[in-house]
Amino acid sequence: MKFGVVVFPGSNCDRDVAYVTRDLLQQPTRMVWHEETDIADLDVVVIPGGFSYGDYLRCGAIAQFSPVMQRVVEHAKQGKFVLGICNGFQVLTEVGLLPGALMRNRDLHFICDRVPIKVERTDLPWTQAYSAEQLITLPIAHGEGCYHADADTLAALEDNGQVLFRYQGDNPNGSLNNIAGICDRPGKILGMMPHPERASDPMLGSTDGIKLFQGLLTAAVEQMAAV
Amino acid sequence: MVKRIYQARIYVTLRPSVLDPAGTAVQSGLEHMGFGNVEQVRIGKYIELTLSAEDEKAATAQLDQMCDQLLANPVIENYRFELVEEATKIGASV
Repeated sequence: MKFGVVVFPGSNCDRDVAYVTRDLLQQPTRMVWHEETDIADLDVVVIPGGFSYGDYLRCGAIAQFSPVMQRVVEHAKQGKFVLGICNGFQVLTEVGLLPGALMRNRDLHFICDRVPIKVERTDLPWTQAYSAEQLITLPIAHGEGCYHADADTLAALEDNGQVLFRYQGDNPNGSLNNIAGICDRPGKILGMMPHPERASDPMLGSTDGIKLFQGLLTAAVEQMAAV
Repeated sequence: MVKRIYQARIYVTLRPSVLDPAGTAVQSGLEHMGFGNVEQVRIGKYIELTLSAEDEKAATAQLDQMCDQLLANPVIENYRFELVEEATKIGASV
């Protein structure tokens, strides 16, 4: 399974993601500069955390018009996997691949912490390596992670089971319905504020995040077997 | 071809249904200053830009597109703008 990690000016979690997919999981991985326009070789596009274009105007707003993002939209329309982590999640909502928006945290602070998160669904590639309703702990590090959507959109997300990750216990940022991560309706595009890549190497004290990537690999193997 | 130069003053504000924690924090600061009579504070953005267009109608259409797609996020924000004509340039040099 070939991974591409998009690098915008200001991305800063790109190498952490590549370390997980290339070094820990031994998958072909390449960095994708934001000016690239050919990403047809990729199975999974990861939009990493950071501060793309300095977070100017709004987080993720300017990144949506970078050359590579038009290709990422095409990649997504082909039903291929897209993962947006933190700033990547913000970019995915700005470009319209996921509904809603991420706003300033309720308490205005940048939060850097490890928080309990409930895995809401385990029948999708992203979460199939977790057990049903498993409680995991993932790092968060953001100033604008408060998920917002209008009431109809929120109801549709819940009805369609698009909320994959939810903060458990204290809501750290004021996110509506305690949302930490959502996917599109077919479940191929995932956006999440927590950082699974920072909880993948046992050296760092937690491997709760690597299961997300492992679930994807399992899905790829199953897909190959089905062909 | 005549091109007109317009200055646009764009105001981006949070939708009324969206909470504004930064506005609430500023309100509390004003309260500490002694202005307990401030009932609400909402913080938005003000953007100035200069553009050339054939006429006001064309400029307005372009600005709507800019605001809808980049300058404001319609999920959480509203926008409005004022257009002021600055100059007229003769020829297609712009």
